[in-house]
Amino acid sequence: MAWKRKDLLSLQELDAAEITEVLDASESMREIATREIKKVPTLRGKTVVNLFYEASTRTRTSFEIAGKWLSADVINFSSSGSSAEKGESLLDTAKNIEAMSPDVVVVRHKASGAPALLARHLACAVVNAGDGAHEHPTQGLLDLLTIRQKKGHLDGLNVTIVGDVAHSRVARSDIHGMRKMGMTVTVAGPPTLIPPACQELGVKVSHRLEEAIAHADVIMMLRLQHERMEGGLIPSLREYSRVWGLSLAKLQPCRPDVLIMHPGPVNRGVELAPEVADSRYSVILNQVANGVAVRMAVLFLLTGSKAA
Amino acid sequence: MTYREKAQVLDEAALDRALTRIAHEIVEQAGGVEHLALVGIKTRGVTLAHRIAEKIAAIEGAKPVVGALDITLYRDDLALKAEQPIVRGTEIGFPLKGRTVVLVDDVLFTGRTIRAAMDALMDLGRPLAIRLAVLVDRGHRELPIRPDYIGKNLPTSRREAVAVMLKEHDGIDRVVIQEPTEA
Repeated sequence: MAWKRKDLLSLQELDAAEITEVLDASESMREIATREIKKVPTLRGKTVVNLFYEASTRTRTSFEIAGKWLSADVINFSSSGSSAEKGESLLDTAKNIEAMSPDVVVVRHKASGAPALLARHLACAVVNAGDGAHEHPTQGLLDLLTIRQKKGHLDGLNVTIVGDVAHSRVARSDIHGMRKMGMTVTVAGPPTLIPPACQELGVKVSHRLEEAIAHADVIMMLRLQHERMEGGLIPSLREYSRVWGLSLAKLQPCRPDVLIMHPGPVNRGVELAPEVADSRYSVILNQVANGVAVRMAVLFLLTGSKAA
Repeated sequence: MTYREKAQVLDEAALDRALTRIAHEIVEQAGGVEHLALVGIKTRGVTLAHRIAEKIAAIEGAKPVVGALDITLYRDDLALKAEQPIVRGTEIGFPLKGRTVVLVDDVLFTGRTIRAAMDALMDLGRPLAIRLAVLVDRGHRELPIRPDYIGKNLPTSRREAVAVMLKEHDGIDRVVIQEPTEA
């Protein structure tokens, strides 16, 4: 199995063997984080541009650390205080950056499909770091890596994704990745936040939290965006939290080895009770640590080979 | 490119004798196993390192520590490869400081792998000394690197390939020279 892609735009386009290849490479990258000298010369002389049109701390930092540990030069470009504010189009900005010969452009954008547009126009590798409500493939990969580490395998596991599935690019990447790896996925949330046709992705739908998590090996809690309430999709934060928030009491009847995951940033007291976020079930910080390893693997796979 | 076998260089018994001799030479020079470490270069170098460690244990009554080094992230030819090589991970569960590290690999050719392995080791610590043991030295060095312990010196042409087969991976112990099938 050899990596052939120029870009990483979604998990929908990857097959199980490709996902496994990224996870295996990530596993090797984790060792570097344990070293005293956290640097290998692999991407020396390569340039990675972080092109972030949306606020992000975790993902941008994670890509930056990943690039630096591999010895790449990492340049951060954020839309605020830049030419984007002066009205330059996405493509014009990207073409200008390309003129400076980067090897990888990591892009986050509020518009679904923006990374795919760039990938078509740029000769360098493009990594989707989250586009609108479409996908966030490296998050999906780090979730799979975390589950595989904790459970030893992926196939046959039951995963329940709880919350605002409709607006979540994380959920979409997770669902595609998990289905390809042979996992059973249930989505649960108020009907206003569950996309109407999501059964077509091969997932089960539940509108009762207790029922949805009863047999889960993994519970993935999604962040509730406060804007959803203003949009009238949920009555109030308090009611959402009471019905869909995860508390220790609701976890009681669940499997004793259940994993609680969250893509961050956590709304403590809304979707996750603080005592759950800090409990032994929670692998939220493992997810963050694995994020660096996954992004190292992705940068490595996209920059190394000449294949085109 | 496909290859066909040209000649067998080592059979099972000869391969075993070569490793036994290397084990004796390592012990003789190191004067004991206490500050000795064998580090195999993945994949077959690791297997050879374990075999040599067993032989040293039989001679000395104590086994040196063994580690595994993956040099993929240190290669200088990543951009030249048509396919991205697989990263297999480094496993060295002991401090290198103050130890004599014997790098173990199956075939020594251009020396670039060993250059990468030395860089990788240096990132993990500061060994007292690094030495090199190879089962086959086939010549054609491109860097000023020379092995300390050699199983077999094997003059080859550049277009030939040397295949080391080990029971753990290939079900049989033997070393063969291969030549390209097309002229």
